[in-house]
Amino acid sequence: MSEAIGTIKKLNEKLVKKEISCTELTKLYLNEIDKCNGELNAYVNITEETALETAKTVDEKLAKGMEIAPLEGIPMTLKDNISTNGIETTCCSKILKGYKPIYNATVWDHLKSQNAVMLGKTNLDEFAMGSTCETSCFGGAKNPHDTDYVAGGSSGGVSSAVGGNIAAYGLGSDTGGSIRQPASFCGIVGLKPTYGAVSRYGLIAFASSLDQIGPITKTVEDTALVYDAISEFDPKDSTSQGRRNNPTTPTLKNSIKGMKIGILKEYMTGIGDEIAASVENAKEVYKSLGAEIIETSLPAVKYALPVYYILACAEASSNLGRYDGIRYGYKTDRYDSIHEMMCKTRSEGFGAEVKRRILLGTYVLSAGYYDAYYKKAQDLRGAIMKGFNELFEKCDVIIAPTVPMTALKKGQNAGNPTENYLTDLCTVPVNIAGIPAVSVPCGVAKNGMPIGLQIIGPSFSEPTILNAAWQFETATHDSVFKVSPYGVKL
Amino acid sequence: MNYELVSGFETHVELSTKTKIFCGCTTQFGGDPNTHCCPICIGLPGTLPKLNEQVVHYAIMAGLATNCEIANVAKMDRKNYCYPDLPKAYQISQFDMPLCKNGYVELSNGRKIRILRIHIEEDAGKLIHQQGNTYIDYNRGGVPLIEIVSEPDIRTVEEAKEYVEKLQLIMRYIGVSDCKMQEGSMRCDVNISVRPKGSEELGTRTEIKNMNSITFIAKAMEYEFERQVSVVESGGKVVQETLRYDEASDTTSSMRGKEDAHDYRYFREPDLVTINVLDSLIEEIRESLPELPFVKLQRYIDELGIPETDAQLLTKYRKIAEYFEDSIKGTQNPRTAANFILGQIFKRLENESAKEEFDIKTTADQLREMILLIESGKVKMNLAKSTLEKMLDTGKAFGELVSESDMAGLSDEALIELCKQAVSENPNAVADYKAGKEKALKSILGTVMKNSRGKADANMAEAKLKELLS
Repeated sequence: MSEAIGTIKKLNEKLVKKEISCTELTKLYLNEIDKCNGELNAYVNITEETALETAKTVDEKLAKGMEIAPLEGIPMTLKDNISTNGIETTCCSKILKGYKPIYNATVWDHLKSQNAVMLGKTNLDEFAMGSTCETSCFGGAKNPHDTDYVAGGSSGGVSSAVGGNIAAYGLGSDTGGSIRQPASFCGIVGLKPTYGAVSRYGLIAFASSLDQIGPITKTVEDTALVYDAISEFDPKDSTSQGRRNNPTTPTLKNSIKGMKIGILKEYMTGIGDEIAASVENAKEVYKSLGAEIIETSLPAVKYALPVYYILACAEASSNLGRYDGIRYGYKTDRYDSIHEMMCKTRSEGFGAEVKRRILLGTYVLSAGYYDAYYKKAQDLRGAIMKGFNELFEKCDVIIAPTVPMTALKKGQNAGNPTENYLTDLCTVPVNIAGIPAVSVPCGVAKNGMPIGLQIIGPSFSEPTILNAAWQFETATHDSVFKVSPYGVKL
Repeated sequence: MNYELVSGFETHVELSTKTKIFCGCTTQFGGDPNTHCCPICIGLPGTLPKLNEQVVHYAIMAGLATNCEIANVAKMDRKNYCYPDLPKAYQISQFDMPLCKNGYVELSNGRKIRILRIHIEEDAGKLIHQQGNTYIDYNRGGVPLIEIVSEPDIRTVEEAKEYVEKLQLIMRYIGVSDCKMQEGSMRCDVNISVRPKGSEELGTRTEIKNMNSITFIAKAMEYEFERQVSVVESGGKVVQETLRYDEASDTTSSMRGKEDAHDYRYFREPDLVTINVLDSLIEEIRESLPELPFVKLQRYIDELGIPETDAQLLTKYRKIAEYFEDSIKGTQNPRTAANFILGQIFKRLENESAKEEFDIKTTADQLREMILLIESGKVKMNLAKSTLEKMLDTGKAFGELVSESDMAGLSDEALIELCKQAVSENPNAVADYKAGKEKALKSILGTVMKNSRGKADANMAEAKLKELLS
C-alpha cells in the first residue's frame, strides 16, 4: 500500500518546474507502453507521432516561459469508441476496422485545445458491450495488478493503461457501469457524470439514452480536473446541458461534517463478503469524518438489471443498423445482391455478444412484444428515477459497492455470457436514473485484487460526490491504494 | 351494381428551409452527388441530430393553414428499416405525437377532406441506377419533409385532383414549399378501396406509392378503381398490397407481398429532446400567415367585382395576387388591372413555373400609374395597350415612353387638317367610297392614323371623314 504515482497534478508540477520536458515525459510513457502493452493489451492503436508533435508544442510554450493549463502536456488516452479526426476509431469491432472519422468528438476537441498528449486509443468490449473487455476483436485488456485477471469492461483498456501507469488518465464511456466497473477492478477512480453533463457528440453510440463519457484517473482530484475540462454545454448534442456552471474543483476539499449518506439494503444483498466488509468499513470512515449514515431502501432498484438490458439492447439494435458495409468499415468479399452483402457483412463483422444484443433489442421492439418489454421497461425506468429523487430528499449521497465482486479471471464466464451481466448489478441503476456516480478504491481483497466504493448523487451533484470521494480517499488512501508493477514510476 | 371510390392520401411535402432538418447542409435541389452532405446527414458513427427550429415553424404554418390543432408537446421517433439510401438505417420521424392533427381541406363542392395528422421527418437519399451499377446520392438525405395524412374522405378522381391542387396552392402560398411534383418536392401515396354505393363499410385498400404528377394520379386512380371493381364483381377479394403505377402501360402492379411487410419498430429518438410549442408561438405564427387563396378568391369576387374565372387565375399564384393587389391601390376599377394582367401580361408567361415565378419587367407601381392615367381620362386605352407592350419589353415607366404632348392627343382642327390631307392623298379610294364602297373608307382612315403617328382617335377620325365626304 502506498501513495498514487504519476497523477496529473504531479506531472503538471514536474513540467512547470522543468524537472522534465514534455517530450521526455511523452517518450518515457511511449517506452513503457512498448514494454508492457504486449502483456496488458490496453492500447489498440498507438499514436506516437501525434503525441510527440503535441509534446513539442508544449515544450515551446514552456521554453518561452508561458503558463500551461493543468491538463496541458499530460500523456493520456481515449477509449477507442471516441471519434478522433484522421485516427482510426474501431470500437474494437471487426466491422469498423480501418474506419477513420472525418471529425472530432467534442470531448477530444476540448482536450486537444489544451494540448493533451494522446498516446493512443485503448481497448474496449466490442461497441462497449461487455463487462470484461473480452468481447474486443483485439482480445481483452488485462488487469495491471495481475494479468491472469481481466481489467473489466467495457472501458478495460483505459483502466488497464491508467492502473498500469502507461497513461496518466483517460476518457471512457459508461452505459451500465463501463467506467466505474473497470476502474474498480483496476484500483483507480472513475466518474460516470450526470446524463447531459458531458457532450456525447462523437461517442459512437451503444445506447443513446444511457451513454455518458467520463474520466478515469488515479485520484479524485485528477477526476475533478478532467471533469471540469470536458463538462461544457455542446450545441451539437441536444441532450447536453454542461455542468451548469457547477465546477467540482473549488469545493473538492470541503468538510463533509453533517453530510447525510444513505446506504440501500438492495445494494448490500447478493454481494461478496469481502466487498460487504469494505463497504462497512467505508461507513465507519464516513462516520469518523462527521457524516450521518442513513440506512434505507429503494425496492425498484431490483428491476434495474432487466430494465437496463431491455432498453440498452433496444437502442443498440437501432444504433448499430448503420453498419452495412456500404459507406465505411468492413465489407464482405463475395455477394450476389445488396441484401446478401449487408447480411454477410453484418454476420461476419459483428462478434457474438453484439449480435446477441442486436437480436434481443430487435425482439423487444417488435410488434406484439413492444408493450410487454420495451414499454414496461420504460415505465419501470420512470419508477426508478422517481425512487432516487425521493431518496435524495433525505440523503445527500448514497454509498454502495461498485461491483458485487472483484475482477474476474480471464475467460471465467466464457461458456455463460449472461453470468457477466451480474457484474453490472450495482452500476446500472445510476445510468437508468441519469444521475452521477464515482468509484474510488476502498480496499484490496485477499487475492490482491482491488475493491471499489461507489458514491452516487442526484443530477448535477458532481461537486458533492467528488467532495465525499476526496474526503474518503484522503482518509484511507495509504491503506487501500495499490501500485501496479507496470509502467512509469513518477 | 354501382360502386363508389374511397380514397385517402399521404402527401409528402419537402419544406423549403435553407438548411436540412438535423444539420447545417443546404436543401438545394440538384448539385453534384454527395456534395450537400456532412457527417451528420450521412449518419457517420457518433454524430447526433440537432432539430432545425424553422422546420417546426413551417410545419405549424402548414397545420394552421389546413385547420389543424397544433400540439403543445411533440416528440421525434425512430422508424427503423434498412435500405441503402437511409444511412442510419432509421428515419427520424414522428409516430404517436405528431405536431398537427384533426384538420381539413374544403373542396369547391363544399365537402371537407379531413386531415388526420401532419408530422415532420427527414427525407432519404436517392439511388441512381446506371449501366448496371447502383450509386447512392445522399444530397436529399435529411431534407425536411412534412407528411400530410388525410382520412379516406375522397370519393371521386375529380376530388382527388382538387385536393392535391389545393394542398399545393396552400403550401406555396404560405411559402413552406415550392411543391414541384416533377422535382419530387411533393409526392403522394394514394390509398384506394371500392364499395357498393350506399355502403358505409370500408373495403380492403391498396396503396399506390410515390405518385408525382396530378395527371398520373388521376389515371392511376381510374385504373385501380376499375381493377378493384372487376375483382369484386367477379367474386374475388381485393388483396391489401403496395402498388407501383407504370406510366407507359397505364397499369398498377404489386411492389412487395405481404410476407415482407415492414415492422418499423418505432421508439422514441433518444438523441432529441421533447418539442415544446408555446401557445404564444402558435398565435404568432397564425398572425403571420398570409391571406389564404380561397379567402382571397371570395374577396376578389365579392368586394372587387372580379368575375370568378378571372379571380381564380389571379389567386392561383401568390406573386400574381400580390402584384394585382399592389397595382389596384388607389384605382377605381380593379377589373382594369385584372384585364391587363390576365391579357397582355399572362401572354408572356408561357407555363406554370413562369407564372409561379412571375418574373416580369414592369412593376406593379408602373402598371398602377398607367391605370390612374387611363382613369383620369388623360390616356386612351389604345395608347395604353400599345405602350404596355413596350413597358414589358424594356421595364421603362409609362412616362418614359410617352410624352405629355403624345398623351394630350390631337386638337379638332389638327384632326380635320389630317383628314383633308388624307382625302387628297387617296383620290381612288375617295372615288370608290363615293361609288358606294364603304370599305374604301378604311384605307383613308389608315392614312390619317399613320400620319398622326397613332395619336388620332380612330372613331373620331372616321366620323370626320364621313362628314368631309358626304
